[in-house]
Amino acid sequence: MSNSESNIHIEVNNLSFARSGRAIFHDLNLRVERGKVTAIMGPSGTGKTTLLKLIGGQLRPDAGEVLVDQLNVHQISRKWLFHLRARMGMLFQSGALFTDMSVFENVAFPLQVHTDLDAELIQDLVRMKLNAVGLRGAEKLMPSELSGGMARRAALARAIALDPDILMYDEPFAGQDPIAMGVLINLISRLNRALGHTSIIVSHDIDETLSIADYVYLLADGRVLAEGTPADLVEMQDPQVRQFLDGEPDGPVPFHYPAPDYRQQLLGRES
Amino acid sequence: MIDRLQRVGRNTLDRLAATGRAGQMLVQSLVAPPEPRTMFPLLVKQLHFVGVLSLVIILVSGLFIGMVLGLQGYTILVDYGSEQAVGQMVALSLVRELAPVVTALLFAGRAGSAVTAEIGLMKATEQLASYEMIGVDPLRRIIAPRLWAGFISLPILTMIFSVVGIWGGSLVAVDWLGIYSGSFWANMQASVDFSTDVVNGIIKSLVFGFVVIWISVFQGYDAIPTSEGISKATTRTVVYSSLAVLGLDFILTAMMFGEI
Repeated sequence: MSNSESNIHIEVNNLSFARSGRAIFHDLNLRVERGKVTAIMGPSGTGKTTLLKLIGGQLRPDAGEVLVDQLNVHQISRKWLFHLRARMGMLFQSGALFTDMSVFENVAFPLQVHTDLDAELIQDLVRMKLNAVGLRGAEKLMPSELSGGMARRAALARAIALDPDILMYDEPFAGQDPIAMGVLINLISRLNRALGHTSIIVSHDIDETLSIADYVYLLADGRVLAEGTPADLVEMQDPQVRQFLDGEPDGPVPFHYPAPDYRQQLLGRES
Repeated sequence: MIDRLQRVGRNTLDRLAATGRAGQMLVQSLVAPPEPRTMFPLLVKQLHFVGVLSLVIILVSGLFIGMVLGLQGYTILVDYGSEQAVGQMVALSLVRELAPVVTALLFAGRAGSAVTAEIGLMKATEQLASYEMIGVDPLRRIIAPRLWAGFISLPILTMIFSVVGIWGGSLVAVDWLGIYSGSFWANMQASVDFSTDVVNGIIKSLVFGFVVIWISVFQGYDAIPTSEGISKATTRTVVYSSLAVLGLDFILTAMMFGEI
């Protein structure tokens, strides 16, 4: 892995995608380096989650390509796609634990489906994964009995069950209390270092994400607005970047939804 | 006027597209090499959920409908002095019509709507996407067992409905109104033909079972994953299933008994 080309794990080339007639991405280009934590940030509605679904092959782009290990995700057969997905873990925003299975069964499920290991070995593996996220004691609980933070940790244990090469996090910090947030930040960076997988974090929690990311893409209006290391990004002077990072209510992204003239509407009694 | 035409056109196109998606879902979930070791436990679980848990409503409704039939049949037939034929009337109306139709309607309300809501919620909470990302096809894992379970359980529930209904009819006619039990059962035996009446009833229930569970599963799978989307999908399941059952019942009846 001496040259930088082979270090590229995921490549998004000239990607365009529209939904219900609205363009979500237009000519998007991204590179995700192997073994690093890459963050994809941007305001709500910029299609960050959609991007993860495109990388995972759950959605098809209108144009462009997504390469994972040089394989075009959208051109391989369904069977190969499912093989590829077994090497990708995804942590969904809601956790997405299977509600009819206990925590233990949830984590064991990918192992049972994709490996021929015997029950005892699976049990040991599941307990190791659960121990890594601090939930070994909660293995018998059902998803409905878990708090939001615990559910996300259990889902993380399931996502790393098969030791994937790629882990995708969809808004891992959204709606978490400060303690759960701290635990998750710690877990994500610790797991990344210990297991050496490539991580992609989609988020709009600036401080938390910048604290663990190696490289950041800032998306807006279907394209890359800015990219760089967290240190580069903080230095940037572009007004739109600054508005996002500083959380200004008004700026290049306007506070007001497009509307007719305010004065005229109030005084002119137009409908 | 143009607006209205446009709306009609758009709705028609949407319906056609939905029918296409429903067909695609059906083929992709059912046409695959069988995997009995993983599929069987899932099927048993769904048979319990869709079939066994619908038993109470089927038993109670069957009993009351049979009792009402017995009572109404008696009050009409007694005017002509032919109240002995009430057994025949109860059995024929149940086996040919009421059992398949009412069971299918109740099944759509009890099991179909539950299946739609369950699958819709799985979609909304990203569980279906989760299966996909783990590399498991949700069509095989979630959709297929439910389709089979509905297809298998509705005919069985229909037969149970008929049996309980006939028993309810005999309770009223024989035990309460005092018709001679020998003529009640003998008339029934003489007039109900196995190959035309009973088999045709079962064929109806097979068709209804297939249609109702297909609609229910598809509405859940195709639901817009929001609370409003799921509530609409659940309503659609009950409305479409009921209409489909009643419409198909007429067509099937015309084909089976039309020449008489």
